[in-house]
Amino acid sequence: MTQQDMVPPELQRNVLITPVDWIYNLGRAGSVWPTMFGLACCAFEMIVTLTSRYDLARFGMEFMRASPRQTELMIISGTVTKKMAPQVVRLYDQMPEPKYVLAMGACAISGGPFKDGYNVVPGIDKYLPVDVYVPGCPPRPESLLDGVFKLHQKMRNETIRTSPWYRKGVERELPVPEYGPQGLVLPKGEKSA
Amino acid sequence: MSTRDLFDTLTAKLPQFELEYLEGKDPAILVRAEHLLGLALYLRDEGGYDYCASITGVDYEDRFEVVYHLCSMKEQGPPVVLKVHAPRENPEVPSVVAIWSGADWQEREVWDLMGVRFSGHPNLKRILMWEGFEGHPLRKDYPGPVDEYTFS
Repeated sequence: MTQQDMVPPELQRNVLITPVDWIYNLGRAGSVWPTMFGLACCAFEMIVTLTSRYDLARFGMEFMRASPRQTELMIISGTVTKKMAPQVVRLYDQMPEPKYVLAMGACAISGGPFKDGYNVVPGIDKYLPVDVYVPGCPPRPESLLDGVFKLHQKMRNETIRTSPWYRKGVERELPVPEYGPQGLVLPKGEKSA
Repeated sequence: MSTRDLFDTLTAKLPQFELEYLEGKDPAILVRAEHLLGLALYLRDEGGYDYCASITGVDYEDRFEVVYHLCSMKEQGPPVVLKVHAPRENPEVPSVVAIWSGADWQEREVWDLMGVRFSGHPNLKRILMWEGFEGHPLRKDYPGPVDEYTFS
């Protein structure tokens, strides 16, 4: 069956037929709202990316929402200290599906120069599933923009048939780490994967 | 006034304090822990050093050292550096919070990370690490953190 047969003749010049994935993902990728929080010096590069010179608003991201419940992208902009890690995971749990994580800078990716320290999480991917890694110390705004484009690419290639967040009964809440006597511990009953 | 001049003045006026002059790029005055409060009070009231800019702990593996940087808000001149030694086992140094109240959080930081106890401190508890944390992570013999991860 062709488009000619499905659409009545009077509508044929006005209707576009397309996969629902394509139009749905286009809408999602065109308005990714990030959470508004910065963790360290990378936050300043993130703020500069929002200003008129780089203008993240061109891609529908002008809103840094102050509430995680209105966002779908979490930019981990900087060093995640062990004291901050439980709050970051708690914010992630409060974000609605679908949600994405962008690790920005060496510290968020691996702990950076503080990797062996007593106070820094060696990479936020120890506690959150990271979608895009943007290396740099700190990454320039162009790098962050490129990371955002990579995320857009990822979103456009998803299909609602297989996306875990689109199914019923899928539990995606992550355990919030707690302060222990020698470092961060997972709550009782949660085992590390 | 250079540290050398100050040291000469102090030894002339306060011979009972058994001060020691430490030569180096940044000369310092070594004082015994039991004489720290008397010297600090003299430096604040007579020497004009009304501002304790920083308190630092150093782990030399056989001893701890607490370093004080004192400045004057009234007169120009370089800061004077005081050093106090504390034993490796159960290190304890008198608190100078009663003399410079700005020393409060700095002494708490040295206690938190280095484990030097400041006797007489009004509120000596951890300031950077969380309550319930064990050990002092900037000591040379700190074994290192043990973490549990969701994804390893």
